[in-house]
Formats: sequence, C-alpha cells, structure tokens
Amino acid sequence: MTNLLRAIRHNGKAAAGLFILLLFLLMALVPGLIAPGDPARITPDTSLGISGQHILGTTAFGQDIWVQVVHGARPALLIAVVSGLFATVLSVLIGVSAAYLGGVWDDVLNLFTDVVLVIPTLPLVVVIAGYFAHHSISVMIIALVVTGWSYGARQLRSQALSLRNRDFLEAAKVRGERRSYIIVFELLPNMTSLIVANFLGAALYSILTASGLEFLGLGDVNTYDWGTMLYWAQNQSALQTGGYVWAAVPGLCIALLGTAFALLNNAFDEISNPALRPVRRLRVAA
Amino acid sequence: MRFLLRRLGFFVLTLWAALTINFAIPHLLPGSPVTAMMARYHGRLNGAALQAVESALGIDTHQSLFGQYLSYLKNCATFNFGTSVANFPTPVTTIVGTAIPWTLGLVGVTTVLAFLIGTAIGSIAAWKRGGKLDSVLPPLFVVGTGLPYFWVAIMLIMVFGEVNPWLPTAFGSDNTVTTGWNSDFIGSVLQHAILPAAAILVTSIGTWVLTMRNTMVTTLAEDYVRMARAKGLPGRRIMVDYAARNSILPNLTGFAMSLGFVVSGAVLVEYVFSYPGVGYQLVQAVDNEDFPVMQCLFLVITVAVLLSVLLADIITALLDPRTRSAR
Amino acid sequence: MSPLDVTDLGYEPDRDPLLQVSELTVEYATARGSALAVDRVSFTLRRGEFLGIVGESGCGKSTLLFGIAQLLSAPAGITGGSAVFKGRNLVGLTERQLQSVRWSQISVVMQSAMNALNPVKTIGAQFRDVLRAHHYAADHAARSREVMELVGVDPVHLNSYPHQLSGGMRQRSMIAMALLFSPDLIIMDEPTSALDVVAQRSLMVQIKELQRELGFAIIFVTHDMSLVSHFSDRLIVMYGGQIAELGATRTVFDTPRHPYSAGLLDAFPSIRGPRLPLLGIPGTPPDLSDPPPGCRFAARCPQVMPACTESGPELYSVDQVLVRCLLHAPGQVSHQEVPA
Repeated sequence: MTNLLRAIRHNGKAAAGLFILLLFLLMALVPGLIAPGDPARITPDTSLGISGQHILGTTAFGQDIWVQVVHGARPALLIAVVSGLFATVLSVLIGVSAAYLGGVWDDVLNLFTDVVLVIPTLPLVVVIAGYFAHHSISVMIIALVVTGWSYGARQLRSQALSLRNRDFLEAAKVRGERRSYIIVFELLPNMTSLIVANFLGAALYSILTASGLEFLGLGDVNTYDWGTMLYWAQNQSALQTGGYVWAAVPGLCIALLGTAFALLNNAFDEISNPALRPVRRLRVAA
Repeated sequence: MRFLLRRLGFFVLTLWAALTINFAIPHLLPGSPVTAMMARYHGRLNGAALQAVESALGIDTHQSLFGQYLSYLKNCATFNFGTSVANFPTPVTTIVGTAIPWTLGLVGVTTVLAFLIGTAIGSIAAWKRGGKLDSVLPPLFVVGTGLPYFWVAIMLIMVFGEVNPWLPTAFGSDNTVTTGWNSDFIGSVLQHAILPAAAILVTSIGTWVLTMRNTMVTTLAEDYVRMARAKGLPGRRIMVDYAARNSILPNLTGFAMSLGFVVSGAVLVEYVFSYPGVGYQLVQAVDNEDFPVMQCLFLVITVAVLLSVLLADIITALLDPRTRSAR
Repeated sequence: MSPLDVTDLGYEPDRDPLLQVSELTVEYATARGSALAVDRVSFTLRRGEFLGIVGESGCGKSTLLFGIAQLLSAPAGITGGSAVFKGRNLVGLTERQLQSVRWSQISVVMQSAMNALNPVKTIGAQFRDVLRAHHYAADHAARSREVMELVGVDPVHLNSYPHQLSGGMRQRSMIAMALLFSPDLIIMDEPTSALDVVAQRSLMVQIKELQRELGFAIIFVTHDMSLVSHFSDRLIVMYGGQIAELGATRTVFDTPRHPYSAGLLDAFPSIRGPRLPLLGIPGTPPDLSDPPPGCRFAARCPQVMPACTESGPELYSVDQVLVRCLLHAPGQVSHQEVPA
C-alpha cells in the first residue's frame, strides 16, 4: 500500500488527476457551502452574463449557473462511482472466473464477454431508455453497468491468466486451500492496481455515456446534472443566443472530471505494467 | 483459415444476439412498455398503421412469444422493417437508407483516418521514448480521452461557427444547393463535414495513439528488435518492419473492440450538428417515439460495427502469418 | 576513455588480439540509484578463439555480452572501460559508425530463436534485409541458400515463417543468419538453453565444426559449465558482475581455484563414477545496487576468511590462470587444496 501511495506521488499525471477529483469531491460533499442557493429556482433574471451577483451568469430560465454547476457535481460523481463500482465487480467476477476455471467455462464466458463488448453501447442504451416514458437515474445506472463491464473483464482475464500459473498459487493449492480462498486472498491482491485502473476506466465510461444520454434528454431532466444543463442549453439554443457560458461550462466540468479519471487510469496502468513507466536515462561516461 | 471461420462464426453469433436483444427489449422490460406504447399509439394511428407497427416489432397478440420471435427474425431477414410511425407511411428502409451514406462518409472515413494517424503518432512517440515527443504528447492524449464527444462538438461550433462564423454548423449540406453529383453540392457537403469530422477526430485519436504507443513500448523490448539492431539495420526499417508491424496486430483487435464506443460518440456528434446520418435519425426517432425506425437503426449500427470487426479480423489474418497456420 | 578515431589504428591480424576488453563497466539506473551489472571486466580474445563465459542467472554475463556489442538500451549503459575490436574502440561510437562493424564483422546468436526472429517475416526475408542493409554485392538468394546448407537446414525453409520450423531448425537458421558475412566474431547468448539435451549437443558439435571451417572467434555465454567446457579454448567464470576466474578451459575445469568455480563443478553430477551427494551453493547472489564490501562471494563461500569481508580481492595470477580470491593472493603461504 505504501508503495502504491509513493508511486502516485511520483507520477505527475496521477497527482493532477487526483487533485481535480478531490476538488469535485469537495463540491459534491458540501455544495451548499461553496455555492449557496437553489439550482432549480427560476427567476426573471434570464440570460444574464457574468456579474458579481451571478458568478457565471444565468440560464434562459433565470437560474444561477454557478450554483447549478456546483450542485451538479454530486449526481455526476454518484453516477460515475456507483456505475463504475458495479461494473468493476462484474468485470472481476466474470474475467477472473473465466481465467481461473478454464476449459469450457472460459470459452463460454469469453464468448459472452466479446459479444457484449462489440455491441455498440450508446445506441443500445438510447433504445432502452427510449422505451420508457419516464427516465430515472437508476435505470440509467443499470444500463451503464450492463454495458460497461465487458472491456474490463477482458483485461482482467488476461492478467489473471498470466498470474494463474505462478508458483505462489501452486503453493496455495498444495497447501490444500479451497479454490475460492485462493482466488480471493491470493490472486486478487496481486491484481489490485489493474482492478483500480479498471474501476477508473469504468467510471470514465459511465460519466461520458451518462452525460451523453442526459444531453439527448434521456436522463432525468428535472435533476440538475451537468449533462441535463447542456440539454437545456441546447434546447434553448444557447449558442445561437449568445449564452456561451451556459453552453461551455457544464461540458467543461464533465471534461475535467473525465480527464481526472483518464489520468488516474493511465497512472494505474503504468503502475501495474512497469514496462510503460518513464524510462530513466543513465549518465554514460564516454 | 480456421481463424477466419471462427471469426465468421463469431460474427453470425453476435448478429443473432443483437437481433434477439432488439426483439427482447420491448417485450421483456418491466412495466410492459409495449402495451403502454401501443396505448399511446392508439390515439394517434389508424388500424393499418398500427398493424404495420405491430408486424415491424414482431408484436402479434395472436401468436406466442416464440412465434412472434420467429416472425420477427423472418422480417429482418427480408428487410421488412415496416413503416415509420412519425412519417407514416414512409417505409423504414427509406428513412434508414438515406441516412446510411451520410454516416458512412463522415464516421467511416474519420474513424479510419483517426486510427491510421493515431497509430503513426503512437509508433513515433514510442520509438523516440524519453524524448520530448514522448513526454509531452501522451499526457495530452490521455486528457483527450476524457473529453466528451458532444462537448467538443459544441465547443467547435462555438469557436468556429458562432463567435467566428467561418464554417457551417448544421446539416449535411446547404439546402439552397441542388442535390446530385455536381461540384457545388460536393463542395457544400465537404464544407459541412469539416467540423463534425474534426470533433470525432480530436476525441477518438487519443485512444489510438496511447494503445499503439503502449504496445510498441512492449514490442521494442523484444529480442527480435535487439536482433535487428545487431544486424545494423537502419532505424526507420526497424521501427516499421520489426516493431510497428508486430505492434499493430493487437492494436487492430483493440480497434475492433472499441468501435462500439466510437460509434456511440459519433451518434452524439451527428445530433449536435444535425447531420442527417444514422445517429441523428436515431435520436429523432426516440424523440418521436418512432419505434420501428429506432429498432431498425439500432440493428444497422450494430451490423456496421460487426462488419468492421470482421474486416479488422480479415486484415489481421492477412498481416499475421501465425493465424494462417492450422492451430 | 575517449573513443578512438574511426579509422583502424594499425591493427595487425597476426599480432594483435581480435578483441580487447578493458575495465568494462555497465550500470543500470534504478529508483534507488544505479546498480553495477558489470564491474571492470577485462580480457582478450584472439582470432578463431572459442571463449566461454559461465555463471548463474544475474551474474552479468549477458549484460557483458551486449555491452561489448553495443546492444544495451536504457536504463542500462556503459559507464567505463573500453572494448577494442580490431584496433577500434566500440564504446562511444554512434550507430552510424557501428554500421560497418555490425553483422559484417560481429554477429549475434540469441537464446530463443522464437523470440529473436521477427514472427511476421519469412526466414529468407530476414536474411535479405541484412544483406541489403550492408549492400552485399553478390547474389542474395545464392548466399542465403549457401549459409542454410552450411548449418544443415534445407534452403526451402527460407520461405517459411519462424513458427513453422522446429526449435532446432530455428536455432540453426539463426546461426546461418549469423554467418552471412563470414564475420570475425560471433557472440552467442545461451543459444542451446532452449533445446533438449540431444539437440544441444548436436548443435554444439556443428558450431565447433563451422568454427574450424570458417575460422571465426566465438564468445559463448551459458550457465551450463559442463556443456561449454567440451568445446571452449578458454573459460571465464563470472560472479556478481566480476570475473571470478579466467584461464584455459582444461585448467579451470580440472583444477578450479575459485571456491565458486569449484562449487559450480560440484553441482553437476558425473555420468560415470560413483554416486555422490549433489552439492549446491547455498545462499543467493549479491544485490548489485548495494554490493557488500569485500569479496562478493564471501557470504556463500565455504572457505571464507575474516579478511574476505574487509577488502575485495583483485585478480591474482596463479599458474596462467587469473583468480579473484584471497586464497590465491601473493603472499598467501598456505592455501588449502580446492577439491576438484
């Protein structure tokens, strides 16, 4: 664990990603402190620009953009983390089982993973959401989890396969440990960094797809999430009417959060695969 | 050969899975959306139209579920997707048919371009490891993979369309120009394609650069690369013939695997630009609750992805002699 | 030491050694500083000589080999010493300067042909690209066929991919490739380790024969001391990045003077003779990023003395053999007989 923390500190990208994540975490935890006010409150002060009273201006409905943005952090992080977590659990279950069970089970699970992987996710989720007249966040999360686990399962299966024949696992088997014990207490701890990388990747996928859905109007349009803000901005032709801040800022937040996940994901990829780390150059005498 | 047969089998299997999912969704979702939907339609459509929708979706209250499934499969095989609800009585195939060329042109070309350029940049970055290129570009591209497709599209519209009205920001072409193979139309099409293409290119290229770079880094540590150095081969030949040619193989597989994600982003880009492709039509269909069109479009998108995967597999078989030998 | 000028500095083939390695040092950059992989190694190699280098995993023998051939890559690098080949110091030369030496004068055979041959090119194509790179004047196809026949592989396999050949054939193809320009020196990094015992021996016999026919020198790295001792003229035993013992093969084999060499020999059972209990060498190799003061082998040595942990022994000359052991330091009046 200390090695992990040290590795994060040394990796510039990870540090940047972590910093951004912590910022949004703060916004999610205490939105009322940072931006007091009701994001949904409609006022007659419509489409105002940046001012002292409204830091980022107002929407076409007179809502304060800054308040909305800060309050939007919580649903965004919630969706990303919850979907990411469940998707990762599925990835681990299916990927590691396939690798460890081997034989027919491996073939079947592998085929299943590949099929789910190839089917394009957004159109599928759009179609699913399209059948429901009323859209809720839980449906969206379920759809994200169901479509987002396959890439991770493949990766984890690869790593589990390469670890499977290592001596320490053989030793455990010889000791007489049960298979489930071996998987949970011997195999998984060695895959920690890859599992974390997968979680971050799943979180990234979730936030991008979820905001895409909300942008299309298929999320819950009554919550104030960044994607929904963009939906309303598009709906009210913000770009064409000069509402640049309204159109740009929520997307910027999604982009920043996405970037944070991407940077951390990349960092953990490097940690689990030392070959990818920056190469040291030796001072050669000549 | 056996490799290709396996991939062909996979193609057929996944196609069947997609068809089944398409059929299953309306029938198996909780809250019985089918009945709810039919109820909503009753107020709007007459008997013939209702019948058309029912047959398109494979809903026949007189048949068992399995019977409906079979007739649905039969309909798909004969390209009988029924008629659109929102634009009754236009057949679904017409609507979809006009949209396909636009998407093929925009998304197809841009994705392939992004892959090729990204792969080239990734190889060079890996080759010059530790140099300036490798320290600056990869982090930049990592950031790129975190950007949402539609936001990049919106930003491009903002900068190049509204603040500085240089490029057209909506539709596939200028509707004052007559459609056809004339230079005005083609020019207009290309002009309208620039921003959407840029959006897709900018967001998707990062993934290709990174995966190629990472694969190359592993390949460069292989013995045969050291051997190539020992033989005194010129640097560029080593990079291309020994490193890149071997690295591109897992990359192609990765390309096939992430196509689903790229297509998803393309759907959003089309929507933002009101570009008359398959993605745009899909969102329109959802907004209009035009389920026959929705279903058909989903199938079309899935089949397109599956075909691309198959194509990538064929190219892999061509490039990698190990797949051609019997297992 | 600064690299000498590119032009040969009066190299006389009959008088001067083919290769002269002096104080060669290779280090690896690690998170905790640098690790010393090769520590001031020096030796000479004459024309047509077969030199074996043996040692356990991690002793630095492969690193030494690649260091001489200038095939190291980051984080490893040469930090001192020289490797003078035909009068020219290879250390510090640029890739372009090394071009004239690579393959045409020094070629390489690696451990696993499956890993050392490009999997997506035919054998013939891999021969062709080096012939082309060096602007070989004569007929490329004819030369390729010629070297394949030299190693006993049917030239029809020039059209095969590496994975289509058996292990032995692949290894021979690699050797054929190494012979394309009839180089003066072929360095071999454990070329037989991936083969079974029978194939190993037949390959070694073939290598020795080729050497007799064509007259090239060989530096042969292996962990299998008994295998190389049948074929090499001289032997170097390496430990912890340093030379432990260096001398004529017969001498080192019959009367090993360094306790490590003796331990290595004792670890191999004799196929004839009485059954004896197998002796290993207990302990593990030293950490090269933080080498112990004094002799590197002291922790595992059955004949360790108090002086051994204080100062590292130099190479002492005993009966035409160089040994890095205080037992043989000049002035050591009584040294125990090392069992053979």
